Amino acid sequence: MDGIADMGGTEGWGPVHPPRDDEPVFEKTWQGRAFALGHFSMRLSGWNMDAFRHAIERLDRSAYLDDGYYGRWLNGTELMLTESAVLAPDAIDARARNLRGEHVGEPPVPEPAGPGRAPAAESSLRTVDTPPAFAVGQRVRARNMSPPGHTRLPGYVRGHAGVVDLIQPAAVLPDTNAHFQGENPQYVYSVRFDSRELWGAGTDPFAVTADLFESYLEKIA
Amino acid sequence: MTGDGSAERLPPALRAEALEQLLTERGLVDPAAMDRLITRYETSVGPLNGAKVVARAWTDPEYRRRLLDEGTAAIKELGFGGPQGEHIVVVENTATVHNVVVCTLCSCYPWPVLGLPPSWYKDPAYRARMVREPRTVLSEMGLELAGDVRITIRDSSSEVRWLVLPERPAGTENLSEEQLVPLVTRDAMVGVARVKAP
Repeated sequence: MDGIADMGGTEGWGPVHPPRDDEPVFEKTWQGRAFALGHFSMRLSGWNMDAFRHAIERLDRSAYLDDGYYGRWLNGTELMLTESAVLAPDAIDARARNLRGEHVGEPPVPEPAGPGRAPAAESSLRTVDTPPAFAVGQRVRARNMSPPGHTRLPGYVRGHAGVVDLIQPAAVLPDTNAHFQGENPQYVYSVRFDSRELWGAGTDPFAVTADLFESYLEKIA
Repeated sequence: MTGDGSAERLPPALRAEALEQLLTERGLVDPAAMDRLITRYETSVGPLNGAKVVARAWTDPEYRRRLLDEGTAAIKELGFGGPQGEHIVVVENTATVHNVVVCTLCSCYPWPVLGLPPSWYKDPAYRARMVREPRTVLSEMGLELAGDVRITIRDSSSEVRWLVLPERPAGTENLSEEQLVPLVTRDAMVGVARVKAP
């Protein structure tokens, strides 16, 4: 889907922050808790990583940005747990208010609780018994499409031509897996794009590779 | 609240505590298991793993070849693997070729060899700008590349994970594998820095 998460090439973010050698893994205690809660909640909800990423990219701008990476994890985890009926909507907020001394009613646990779905497979790699549709060195075009659901086709490469650099192992297709509509494994191709193809003549010359599923690509006649 | 922005958003620390309590009291998560996971990523799964891989590749030509051919298997030889490292591709930086890793869509990163991503890697500025103006971004991060260096940005848009094999710095020819390990930084293995001689 087109949204805040698809950041490649977007403007207005300001300078980058130079690396700090002494940065802790979790700057604040809650970030580690949010990380672990996300990890275990994926199993509880029967969701897969694609569905979790799609939850995060459906957050509004403030929920996505305001509390950084682990804020996204926390908010995405909440969405995952409510959509899979492990938690009632607003359960977290009600409990949080009570933790800080308010006295608000808490919503009951959903009935039936839980997703009725087994935990997802750990691995995304699959074998397919057809040969790859594209060859190393072949010129291909990233389809100019804008799917309403989850996709891993970045906006900035759509419609642009590149060259297949490497053929990667087949993997589960996020576009259907994120919506529990099947795995549809496909080969993944590392496609090399020239900076001037992506950003126009006059751009500093460099290359970008993106790892694109077979159905994201079309032949160039 | 993940919703409409009209309500007050409670602090994340409070919300994380609330969520942990809600799941713990129903027996759905075990706080001790959470502790163990957090400790694992704070202590044993980090860039030291990748540094060991790089130092081995710098000192063992056969290993280097295996690493560049079949990264995942070569990394497994040193005991490293697991989530977010199902298929790792290693690319080599030289005096004239420079690879940099980014994830524009989220913050995909090779956890088994580098641990969890540092804050700058997850920043919108890095994710947005690295595929559009890499020289400027690298310069802001403290890395100036000569004009004749060919840059390739690796956008981690699938489950493939990328690791950069940095160039071994001149003046380290007499150092052993063990002496090289501490020189190899996380930033060099993402491609935003070079390894410096001691």
